[in-house]
Amino acid sequence: MIDSKLKEKAAFAILLAATIIVIAPVALILAIILINGLPALSFEFLFSIPRDGMRGGGIFPALVGTFYLIVGTALFAIPFGILAAIYLNEYAQRNRLTRAIELAIINLSGVPSIVYGLFGLSLFVEFLGFGASILAGSLTLAIMTLPVIITATREALSAVPRSFREVSFSLGASRWQTVRGVVLPNAIPGILTGTILGLSRAAGETAPILFTVAAFYLPKLPTSVYDQAMALPYHIYVLSTQVPNVSVKVQYGTVLVLVGMIFILNIVASYIRSYFRKKKTW
Amino acid sequence: MKRTTEWIIEKLIFISGIGSIVFVALIFFFLLKEGLSLFASVNVFSFLFGVNWYPISEPPQFGILPLILGSLLVTLGAVVIAVPLGIASALYVAEVAPKWLSEILKSGIELLAAIPSIVLGFIGIATLAPFLKNVFNLPSGLTALAGSIMLAFMAMPTIVSIIEDSINSVPRSYREGSLALGATRWQTIYRVILPAASSGILAAIMLGIGRVIGETMAVLMITGNAAILPTSILQPVRTLTATIAAEMGEAVSGSEHYFALFAIGIVLFVISFIINLVADFFMNRNKKRNKKK
Repeated sequence: MIDSKLKEKAAFAILLAATIIVIAPVALILAIILINGLPALSFEFLFSIPRDGMRGGGIFPALVGTFYLIVGTALFAIPFGILAAIYLNEYAQRNRLTRAIELAIINLSGVPSIVYGLFGLSLFVEFLGFGASILAGSLTLAIMTLPVIITATREALSAVPRSFREVSFSLGASRWQTVRGVVLPNAIPGILTGTILGLSRAAGETAPILFTVAAFYLPKLPTSVYDQAMALPYHIYVLSTQVPNVSVKVQYGTVLVLVGMIFILNIVASYIRSYFRKKKTW
Repeated sequence: MKRTTEWIIEKLIFISGIGSIVFVALIFFFLLKEGLSLFASVNVFSFLFGVNWYPISEPPQFGILPLILGSLLVTLGAVVIAVPLGIASALYVAEVAPKWLSEILKSGIELLAAIPSIVLGFIGIATLAPFLKNVFNLPSGLTALAGSIMLAFMAMPTIVSIIEDSINSVPRSYREGSLALGATRWQTIYRVILPAASSGILAAIMLGIGRVIGETMAVLMITGNAAILPTSILQPVRTLTATIAAEMGEAVSGSEHYFALFAIGIVLFVISFIINLVADFFMNRNKKRNKKK
C-alpha cells in the first residue's frame, strides 16, 4: 500500500517534470524575443523603409505587405469558409458526400505549407497569370486558412441549441431565414474567434508566400493587387539567413513586431470568446 | 423575388460546401500537372531511390533518397522526443494538475502553437544550435538533432491537445469504478485511462508526425541543409520540404529542376494524405469506443 502511494508520488513528479520541459522553453523564447527586440522598437523602425542593404532603417514595407495579405486572405476565406460551414451544419445530410467533404477538410488542414506554396505558384502565379502578387499570395493563404475557419464556424453553429431552429421553423421561416435570422447572430462570437485565430496563423506563414508574393526588398509600397510585396515572416527569413551582418537588434525587432501582432490578434480572439461566454444566457 | 435570392444563396452555400473537395482535387491536379513532366526524362525508380540529388550539375541527377531519409531521420528523432513528453504533459494537464494550474499550462501550450515557424527557426539558430555545438563538440550545431528537437517542440501543441481531449472523453464511470476498487489515482491513470484513450493517443501521434513531416521554414533554417545520405543524427541533413523551399527560387519555370521540385511536392502530398486518413480512422474509433459504454 505504501509502495503504491510512493509510486504515485514518483509518477506525478515525472509528469510534472515533463510538463515543465514542454512549457519552460515557451516562456524562455518569449523572454528572449522581448529582451532583445524591445530596444529596436521605435516610430522610425516601424514606419521607415529598410536602408543599408536592410541592415538599418525600418520595416514599414514588410508591415504594410503583411497587412495587405491579411486583408486579402480575409476577403476570400471568410465568406467562403462561413458558407461552407453553414452547408455542413445546416443543410448537409449524413451521407457519403458530407463524409467526403469532412475528409477533404481534414486533408486540407494537413497539407504541408510548402505544398500550398507549390500549388499557388502553379495555379495562381503561372496558370492564371497573376504573377507573383498580393492576389496570388492572398488566395494561397486563403485556401490554407479555410479549414480553420470552417471548423471553428461549424462548432459555433452547432453550439446554437436545436430548439432555436425549431421555434423559427414553426413560425413559418424557411431554412435560410432561420440560418440568417436565428442561427448566425447567435454564432457570431464563435465565428469571430475562429476567424481571427485563422488569420493570425496566416499572417505568420512563410512557406506559402515564398514563391507567390514575397519580395526580397522593395523600396516602395505596392500599389495594386498584381504587385509583389514584402512580408514580415519572409523579411525575418531574409534578415536571418540571406543578408550577412544584420544587427541582432534589427533581427529581434522584426521578430518582436510579428510575434506581437500575432499575440494581439490572439488576445482579441480570446477576449471575444470570454466576453460573449459570460453574456450568453443559454 | 425573395425566392430567387434565397435560391441563389442556397446554391452558393452548396458550392462553398463542396469547395473543400474541389480544392483538394485542384491541389493534387496541379502538383501532378507539373510534377509528372519530370518522369518523361527520369524514371520513377531512380527518382525515389537515387542517392544523388545534384539538380543543377551537368547532367543533373534527381535522386531524392537522401531527402526522404533526411525527413525520416528528423521525424523519427522528433517522435522519440515528443511522444513521451506529450503523453506525460497531457496526463499532467488533464488528470493531475489543479484546475487553475492546468488552465495556465493550456494557455502556455496555445501560445506555443501561435508562434510562427519562422520565428522558432530564428530562435533555434540563435540558441539551440550553439548549445548543441558546445555540448557535442561539433563543427556546427545545425544538425538533424537540432531539427528533431525543434520539431518535437513544434508538434507538442497538436499532440498534447488531442491526447488531452481523448483523456477527457474517457467516461467518468471508468475512473470512479477503478478508484472504488481501491486503486490509486496513478494506477487508475496507468491501467484504466491510458488504455481507454489509446486510439486518441495514436491519432495524436499520427497528426504530430504529419505536422513534423510538413514543417518547412524552421527545418530549412536549422538542419544545416546538406543533401547527403545521413549516417548520424549529429550531421546536417536536408528534408523534402526544405529542398523545395530552398531551391524553387532558382529553378527556371518549366525546367527539369522545376518539375522535380513539384514531384517532391507530390510525394509530400501523398504522405500527408495517408497520415491524415490514418489519424482520422483512430479518431473515429476513439469517439465510438468511448460513446458506447
